[in-house]
Amino acid sequence: MSAYELNESAVLDDETKDAIDIDRSVGDFSFPENHKYDAGYGLSKDTVDYISGVKKEKDWIREFRHKALEVFESKPMPTNWATDDLNNIDFDKIRYYLSDGQAPKRSWDDVPPEVLETFERLGVPQQERAFLAGVEAQYDSEAAYSNMMPELEKKGVIFVNSTEGLREHEEIFRPWFGKVIPTGDNKFSALNSAVFSGGSFIYIPKGVKLEQPLQAYFRINSENFGQFERTLIIADEGAEITYMEGCTAPKFETATLHSAVVELVAMKGAKIQYITVQNWSSNVFNLVTKRGVAHEDAEVRWIDCNIGSRLTMKYPGVVMKGDKARGEVISIALASDGQEQDTGAKMIHAANNTTSNVVSKSISVGKGRSTYRGQVHIPKHLKGCKNNTECDALLINSQSRTDTYPAITVRGNQHATQHEASVSQVSEEMLFYMQQRGISEGEAMSLAVNGFINDLAREFPMEYSVELKRLIELEMEGSVG
Amino acid sequence: MSLIVNNLQASIEETSILKGLNLEVPKGEIHAIMGPNGSGKSTLSKVIAGHDDYEVTGGSVTLDGVDLLDMEVDERSRAGLFLAFQYPAEVPGVSNANFIRAALQARLPKGEEIDAVAYYKSLYEKMDILEMDRQFTARSVNEGFSGGEKKRNEILQMMMLDPTFCILDETDSGLDIDALKIVSKGVNSMRSPDRGFLVITHYQRLLDYIEPDVVHVMADGQIVKSGGKELALELEESGYEFLKEEPAHA
Repeated sequence: MSAYELNESAVLDDETKDAIDIDRSVGDFSFPENHKYDAGYGLSKDTVDYISGVKKEKDWIREFRHKALEVFESKPMPTNWATDDLNNIDFDKIRYYLSDGQAPKRSWDDVPPEVLETFERLGVPQQERAFLAGVEAQYDSEAAYSNMMPELEKKGVIFVNSTEGLREHEEIFRPWFGKVIPTGDNKFSALNSAVFSGGSFIYIPKGVKLEQPLQAYFRINSENFGQFERTLIIADEGAEITYMEGCTAPKFETATLHSAVVELVAMKGAKIQYITVQNWSSNVFNLVTKRGVAHEDAEVRWIDCNIGSRLTMKYPGVVMKGDKARGEVISIALASDGQEQDTGAKMIHAANNTTSNVVSKSISVGKGRSTYRGQVHIPKHLKGCKNNTECDALLINSQSRTDTYPAITVRGNQHATQHEASVSQVSEEMLFYMQQRGISEGEAMSLAVNGFINDLAREFPMEYSVELKRLIELEMEGSVG
Repeated sequence: MSLIVNNLQASIEETSILKGLNLEVPKGEIHAIMGPNGSGKSTLSKVIAGHDDYEVTGGSVTLDGVDLLDMEVDERSRAGLFLAFQYPAEVPGVSNANFIRAALQARLPKGEEIDAVAYYKSLYEKMDILEMDRQFTARSVNEGFSGGEKKRNEILQMMMLDPTFCILDETDSGLDIDALKIVSKGVNSMRSPDRGFLVITHYQRLLDYIEPDVVHVMADGQIVKSGGKELALELEESGYEFLKEEPAHA
């Protein structure tokens, strides 16, 4: 285990540092609440029963929720290794379920006007028309819109929310539900298991290859709210899918909680690519558990970009269960003043000849803090496993901080692992050089940051990498001319 | 434009480096500054460009009557000042084409965009003069460049930004004779009655290719001797020994 900290020469004085900010304005708006169902403040067995009742769930799901609540209550906050900021989450001041009681609409024309305006401002219908195979748009606890191309339906593709998935397609989803990520995996997976609502349940039949991505957009509109979507994607033998998720929330004075569970199952020869662009407002605690299982010759790739939130804790994982399975995590994190991005990857090799790759880049601005936690596990009885881990951190000034905790457990001697880590700073000399060419300090910083992530930004689909660059543009606020 | 440096004093971490330096480069002229190591030549170029490490404790620097010392580094650049660095910084992940474009964009009024076709046409023309491969545009700024490539890149940027006053800080260091000729060709193509040059160098060799109008000798933070281009040849022959016999006067 090693920790890197760079606290040397200051690159920016405080004034300049205060003047640069990241554009998070795009999601910062909200509409008055209009809820038919509101589970009220605080979490108890009654809250869980209320949610289960609204959803008219079967007994086994209600019992699953009850057990999960017990696990959640029994588990301590993981502050023995994670930040004490977790103690600032007040579970009694959060509402766990808010919805207008409407089923998701298949046409944007039927969506309530304020919800439609929300998603139009975020560009969701426009993206759907341009390049998506299907979209689910979640507003607080439930999807307001859900639709996909008719030809995919004919091929047997299922793309529904969690309630519908468990009710209408129990035989497909129940065998994997809560199996990739057990309730007790961590405190927040237990919380999600108790109060989950929304998210996507997707099944891609054997041999079906989606040419265009499916997308989910998670929008929080209400204050003092927790969003707990649950996603389960099953790609049957030889199937291929790219799934993208985006998320925003207005900036409230009080804390908002987002705690999702995402389970991926790639059967023999299947490929799942899961892309996230997380741009929560700076009052959101984003505590997410994501894991995929890759069977023989299957591939699971997590492409994860974290720009927003107050605190993100997220370590996407891949369990490589079959021979020649592949797992990959590509991650970009940007931590500004007051933000903590605690991200990483878990690669569990559980079969011979499995390959995993982790590339993580983090940027810390001002007092922002980024942490990489990696776990690579290769047991003794396996042969021919490979892991490559690269983590690079960029610090924008002397108060920024980055830590790296790679834990690589390799038993046996028939494996190949490689680990590289670097910490660099936007140096004074680099800024002076760029400024001498007439580029302002803010623009110079923006160029340097975009340059740092340039190779990873290419991994995102074109439509998203443009968005990404725009989001990461650092702007001189209030500069003259 | 003409550069006037008047009684310039600057220090770094309390150590005085420039000790009342006077220099005037009228527009259309090329002046060379030579001098032993540690005389403050590179400091002079960084102070004129506005590097943070140095504190100006007295004097003035004006470019065609405009006070440079009150301006930010990027403002000085946009006012027409260009510094070709002795050790150009690397900017990983940012392509040369994007970097130069950003620098040009910074000179345009808000809302105005660079014409991409015209930009590449102009970029390729200048790269041809400097005998640079087209692939160069996609490479990250100075990353993995040889010494010669870095210096050519400095001259390319200079040609693209079309400054009114250019400082070349030891542009000849680390260059073989062929690269030196190419770089000099680029500089000479920019000679103009409206543009001034200050060429800082250790060696007379560069001045065979970029012919100066005036040569200054710098020692201990001051200009101690000025003359025609023959002064450079004298220095090449007899070195800076004379400095010991003729101590500088403030």
